[in-house]
Amino acid sequence: MCTYLTEKVTVSGSGKGPSGWFKLTDASVYFDHPVHAQAEHTLNIDFLDPSAGPSARVAVELTAESARELARAIQATLDSAPPGLIS
Amino acid sequence: MYDAMLAETVTITGHNGDEIEAYSARTLGAGPVGGVVVLHHLPGYDRQTKEFTRTFAAGGLNAVMPNLYHREAPGAAPDDAMATARASGAIPLPDERIVGEVAGAAAYLRGLTNSNGKVGVIGHCSGGRQSFLAAVSLPLDAAVDCYGGHVVGTPPQGHPLYGMPPLVDKTAGLTCPLLGLFGVDDAAPSPDDVATLEEALKSNGKTYEFHSYEGAGHAFMQVDRPNYRPEAAVDAWQHIWDWFGRYL
Repeated sequence: MCTYLTEKVTVSGSGKGPSGWFKLTDASVYFDHPVHAQAEHTLNIDFLDPSAGPSARVAVELTAESARELARAIQATLDSAPPGLIS
Repeated sequence: MYDAMLAETVTITGHNGDEIEAYSARTLGAGPVGGVVVLHHLPGYDRQTKEFTRTFAAGGLNAVMPNLYHREAPGAAPDDAMATARASGAIPLPDERIVGEVAGAAAYLRGLTNSNGKVGVIGHCSGGRQSFLAAVSLPLDAAVDCYGGHVVGTPPQGHPLYGMPPLVDKTAGLTCPLLGLFGVDDAAPSPDDVATLEEALKSNGKTYEFHSYEGAGHAFMQVDRPNYRPEAAVDAWQHIWDWFGRYL
């Protein structure tokens, strides 16, 4: 099914796309049909800078299981960062 | 049989008189022949759907597929265009706009020199819902709904389609015969959704034909995807040709 639902997040940082590094301002997160990954639905993340046009995009499509594992790893990495590094 | 065809990217007039990109595939036979408006699925105006569009021309019809994300991302790669539309909140695309794009695409087909004036519409996935939408909104000659979800039922609060009256409530306005192709394992539309739509068609005295395939879920006609079911897809294509052969 098409889920349509999209979580939108404001982000700050950089991403590397087909034309090289660019600044990121937004991310879209959605669980829906993938374009490339061989699964019916995947957790899709688009890292974007809308002001730079549609091709300013870093895209990933992950199985739900690997997306949860990634989320866990992100949290664990931030939680274990040396004190004072994260303001 | 003279089977020459011409497939190319064109500009057509869509909703609100705006110019939008479209993919046209036309038989070069003298005809006259019918035309098919192809509505791409949510992932976008992509290689596979262009191939699907060309198949109609290879079989002796004219076809055109509007780029439904043209306004959000003109000239962009199909997946980038979909992502841009998604990020801007444009998905799901407004029904009024879809109807306008189909009206423009139908006018394009009717204006071709080898047109017999008849136009059908076909779509997959979100395009399946949009195909039904077009068929209850515009004077058309045939419609095909390939596993379109959210024709029946009310999405929950928080869903982008929440609050919109179910499209099935407009069944009385269907202007043409409807072919429906569904997978029994699909969750949207589920077999119950399909049965509800069928009841509405029956009670409104509409001409229709439904086929539901065992062992097939959503997107079973989508090549290159794990849900592709060749046996079901081949049979479904046969029904599509039969349907358009009868009504276009």
